[in-house]
Amino acid sequence: MSATIEKTSSLGTLDTLKRGLALSPELRRGLWVTLALAAVTTVGRIVVPFVVQQTTDHGLLGAGGPDPGLVVRYVLLALVAVAVTALTAYAVNVRLYRASEAGLATLRLKAFRHIHDLSMLTQNTERRGSMVSRVTSDVDTISMFVQFGGIILILSLGQIVVATVLMAVYSPLLTAVVWLCFVPLLVVIRRFQRIVGRAYTVVRERVGDLLAAVSESVVGAATIRAYGVESRTAERIDDAIEAHRAAAIRAQVRSVVAFSSGQLVAGLTLAVVLVVGTVLAAGGHMTLGELLAFLFLVNLFTQPVQQATEILNELQNAVAGWRRVIGIVDTPADVADPGDAGVTLPRGPISVTFEDVGFAYPGGEPVLHDVDLTIEPRSRIAIVGETGSGKSTLAKLLTRLMDPRDGRVLIDGTDLRDVRFSSLRERVVLVPQEGFLFDETLLENIRFGRPDATDEEVELALTELGLDQWLEGLPQGLRTEVGQRGESLSAGERQLVALARAYLADPDLLVLDEATSAVDPSTEVRLQRALEGLTRGRTSIAIAHRLSTAEAADEVVVVDRGRIVQRGPHRELVQQEGSVYAGLHASWAAQQRG
Amino acid sequence: MSVDAAPSLRRALRIVGVGIRRQPRWFAFAVAGSTVYGVMTVMTAWAIGKVTREQVQPAVEAGHATSAQLWTTFAWVAGVVLLNVVGVVIRRVAAGYTMFNVAAHYRREVTRQYLRLPLSWHHRHPSGQLLSNANADVEATWNVFAPLPMAIGVVVMLVAGIVQMVLVDPVMAVIGLTVFPLLFLANMVFQRAMSPRIARAQQLRAEVSEVAHESFEAALVVKAMGREEQEAERFEEVTRRLQAANVEVGRTRGTFDPVIEAIPTLGTLAVLAVGTYQVSRGALEPAAVVQVAYLISVLAFPVRALGWVLGEMPRTVVGWDRVDAVLKARGALEFGETSLPADDAAHAALTGVDYSYDVVDEQGDESPFQAIHDVTIDLPAGATVALVGPTGSGKTTLTNLSLRLVDPDGGAVRIDDVDLREVRRGGIPEVASLVPQQTFMFDDSVRGNITLGGDFSDDEVWGALATAQATGFVTELGDSLGTHVGERGASLSGGQRQRIALARAIIRAPRLLVLDDATSAVDPAVEQAILAGLRKATSGTTVLVVAYRMSTITLADEIVYVEGGRVLDHGSHDELLARCEGYARLVTAYAREAAERAAVEADEEGVTV
Ligand SMILES: Nc1ncnc2c1ncn2[C@@H]1O[C@H](COP(=O)(O)OP(=O)(O)OP(=O)(O)O)[C@@H](O)[C@H]1O
Ligand SMILES: Nc1ncnc2c1ncn2[C@@H]1O[C@H](COP(=O)(O)OP(=O)(O)OP(=O)(O)O)[C@@H](O)[C@H]1O
Ligand SMILES: [Mg+2]
Ligand SMILES: [Mg+2]
Repeated sequence: MSATIEKTSSLGTLDTLKRGLALSPELRRGLWVTLALAAVTTVGRIVVPFVVQQTTDHGLLGAGGPDPGLVVRYVLLALVAVAVTALTAYAVNVRLYRASEAGLATLRLKAFRHIHDLSMLTQNTERRGSMVSRVTSDVDTISMFVQFGGIILILSLGQIVVATVLMAVYSPLLTAVVWLCFVPLLVVIRRFQRIVGRAYTVVRERVGDLLAAVSESVVGAATIRAYGVESRTAERIDDAIEAHRAAAIRAQVRSVVAFSSGQLVAGLTLAVVLVVGTVLAAGGHMTLGELLAFLFLVNLFTQPVQQATEILNELQNAVAGWRRVIGIVDTPADVADPGDAGVTLPRGPISVTFEDVGFAYPGGEPVLHDVDLTIEPRSRIAIVGETGSGKSTLAKLLTRLMDPRDGRVLIDGTDLRDVRFSSLRERVVLVPQEGFLFDETLLENIRFGRPDATDEEVELALTELGLDQWLEGLPQGLRTEVGQRGESLSAGERQLVALARAYLADPDLLVLDEATSAVDPSTEVRLQRALEGLTRGRTSIAIAHRLSTAEAADEVVVVDRGRIVQRGPHRELVQQEGSVYAGLHASWAAQQRG
Repeated sequence: MSVDAAPSLRRALRIVGVGIRRQPRWFAFAVAGSTVYGVMTVMTAWAIGKVTREQVQPAVEAGHATSAQLWTTFAWVAGVVLLNVVGVVIRRVAAGYTMFNVAAHYRREVTRQYLRLPLSWHHRHPSGQLLSNANADVEATWNVFAPLPMAIGVVVMLVAGIVQMVLVDPVMAVIGLTVFPLLFLANMVFQRAMSPRIARAQQLRAEVSEVAHESFEAALVVKAMGREEQEAERFEEVTRRLQAANVEVGRTRGTFDPVIEAIPTLGTLAVLAVGTYQVSRGALEPAAVVQVAYLISVLAFPVRALGWVLGEMPRTVVGWDRVDAVLKARGALEFGETSLPADDAAHAALTGVDYSYDVVDEQGDESPFQAIHDVTIDLPAGATVALVGPTGSGKTTLTNLSLRLVDPDGGAVRIDDVDLREVRRGGIPEVASLVPQQTFMFDDSVRGNITLGGDFSDDEVWGALATAQATGFVTELGDSLGTHVGERGASLSGGQRQRIALARAIIRAPRLLVLDDATSAVDPAVEQAILAGLRKATSGTTVLVVAYRMSTITLADEIVYVEGGRVLDHGSHDELLARCEGYARLVTAYAREAAERAAVEADEEGVTV
């Protein structure tokens, strides 16, 4: 069974935070300095109004009338304080932006890299647009919190402690009252955190769905237009947009409730303190002045509490984003590279052995049964069979895009699972049935097969394949931009590029899965000739519906309903009357006659 | 120097106005809530003062608090606080509605536009970037609605504060109000510095999305060639650039915020300094100075809220520009009014058609590349015409033209003598179906992929599947017609996908059926069966078929041979075989190859024997 990509990780808030910080070590780097600077800023924010207050009290309203000299000195002092506050605030901002952007970039990279490490089947459990959201907007969601939230949260906690101490100095009893008022809030907040967190998680998933829907509509643009199903497609997208809108508003409402409960408690605390304080003052336990001073301290206490409730919401939003990213990073890569422990194969012709291989796609019926097959080094094999018989599956097992459920696949006698990826991918190259070109030049696309190839080598490869004439006909030769997914080329031309790319990679085993199905017959025959000359000395396996390929191969392997039913040279197989191959070939021959 | 910045702020306000007009009610609610909040915030201090004077102080002096005094105290403070909270709830919830409703509206607009714009536009705009337009850019534009109601609501505080200041002492008020030109100046500098940086960041965001989308779509090829590292490097390159751009944005924002925060304090200090001087000259009462200074500090909060809005403005403008570029994109196909007849095989004709693609070179410059030159093809009603030609000769382009997926640059395409440009929206897909060369599957069930939401019974679906030779494998799928095929049909084999695409066309019983090499991924036996089925099913249909195999070609009443975007010859198979060299070379390639091989083998055998 292959792993499925988790929609969101199921980690709790704290674990998510921990894992998130571990994934982005930059977030913690230099944090102490930033915290210290932030503390200075906070102190500055308290000191500045204080100095202003002093200026008025002593300079302006001083006992001996206004004292301009003192005012000037105080104003200068205040200016210094303002400047220091602003400068440290700036420094804190910049440090936070630097650290958080670095951390988030790292997170993006890790997620991206891991997506490519996931096995093909695991990748197929999620839509591409949704994957894109995991490395884009999910990560962006985290940034708000890591830029400011985290640090404000820490400072708020500090301020709460300081305020509590100061309050206790004035009146331990009233301090107890304040805390009593806040205890229920803590309980409420805990509950709400979970609710808010879930709501934000839904928002993130909806963003993924939204992007997947948009992706489908732009990639499938031609089909949508040809069938005039724009309005149906628009409805599907609208559904995704609406689901996202509804989820976002739900999350907003929940977070507002959570936030205002903090505010409400803060206000009520003030009222309660005033009432209890009045009783205490009336009873002579404190003076009116002390009560008023205490009220000021209560404000110093409730303000960070309110701020913290707000930031906890932001935290939940970030955690929701993190959970999505962690969800993908923690999805096991089940077709894994053995890495340094693996075998590096020496260069040279490759042999392939299938030993009792069985395979079933997740949740499906078996598609391959007891496949036993040995392919000698240097042989040229054609695999033929009905559509859906399991040919591509065989090719994917052979190149270890998937691992067999039963049995083993060996190359040069080594189990594929023990071969290092770097060695495997260098020596075995598959041109898959669903090719893909990048939105770059022809040159870059072919060079994808061997990144260090020079322009001349690329050109030479095309010449060797007999494609030089085609190249000359292109508007900008090798510099022609192929467009998105290669769509500025014709379908046949795209296949030519994919083939040239694999050829340039110069593997010892070349596996072609319908690599020339869209190429015209005379080009195909020419290509085949060219490849024949060139693949001599290496092993090649070609899957094809056009039996011209089979006719040219050393040996033909016939797959039927997941089993190998015939194998041998074309000449022999056609003669086996009533056999699958004889039937296929009869149809093929009929087609040629028309 | 302000030439750029001022209009940009004005533009931002205009954009915000556009958004407000979308959701006037919710926005008004949000502002109302915010006003309540503003008033109640001022009231809180006032209420505490009031109860202290009227209730607490007498109680303390009396050495005894009556329960009436305590209740009154509690009720005043709690009441004000409660109203304050109500204001906050209304403001935030309504702001949320405003923001998400407007964003959803523009997401719909943008994605509708994607569906409207022609394929040539899509060729030029990477899919990943389009995702970013619909998501990140829309979000960037309307995020301003989060702080905006607050800023407008607290304007009440601002106005109240200013009025009081002026009442206290106009001269002092003027000094205090220098805060505003300062703010304006700071903002102007900020907008100028910020706009290009935000634009860059937003563009890079789109590029990150583009690389990710392309790379994930290419995942199989990346894996098959072991290029994961290389892809990671490519992604790292844009990601790091985005990182740097975001840090630049942060640095600018990080400069602006402390400045905005400091300005009110500077105002207060100025008032104190000048005020003290005035007082010492005897021109002013100290109390007046104190009051004005206090009022400025009260203004600090609304000013900060204003700062948040101003700080968001550059993002609004940049996001909007990016969204607007999509909304304003031209070139969507224009439709006429005419309906095509609904019955009987269609008569289609391409006359003197020219078509050029815009090709982009490495520098991004566009130049036309003429792929079709003066092509005339006649498809008489009920006829089957085969289009034959080498790779890249323009066959797919011609099929696209014949269904008006693109419009010709010269000449005309007609169905039943109606120029396709005059057909009403949706009129062509009703009568004509295309099975494209490259099948596209939706992330839907088998049934959904065939009906595409059309009104077809399951019997009809099975009927179409039968013609496409797909009954067998669909029956064996876990959930039969209800089986989900995965994104782009990932859980089907190539030939299976192609047969579903065939069924999709067949079920519509089109009057014109265009098959673009639609059996390339099926085996010869199935292909034969499909052709036989089609022959029966398409008696009332005109068929244009792109083909290489002779079996398909010989089904055709006429064959058109194209090369290099030109029709070189047309006629029957035998005629072309006899007189058209390119055609003969193409269709006999396999047979010649087989014959040659046989000869070589015979030779070898002859030698060995
Ligand atoms: N990712 C998948 N998940 C589930 N089932 C799959 C998947 N890929 C293929 N299958 C099923 O496995 C069977 C074999 O598919 P495979 O692609 O190997 O066929 P094939 O011989 O290559 O056919 P074709 O000639 O049409 O390419 C088919 O029935 C197909 O529906
Ligand atoms: N979007 C595009 N932009 C630029 N050039 C294009 C575009 N699409 C096709 N071309 C070019 O136009 C020419 C005709 O392409 P077309 O797809 O019509 O060929 P085709 O006959 O269908 O080929 P094939 O047999 O390979 O499918 C080719 O040279 C191709 O490179
Ligand atoms: Mg296959
Ligand atoms: Mg084509």
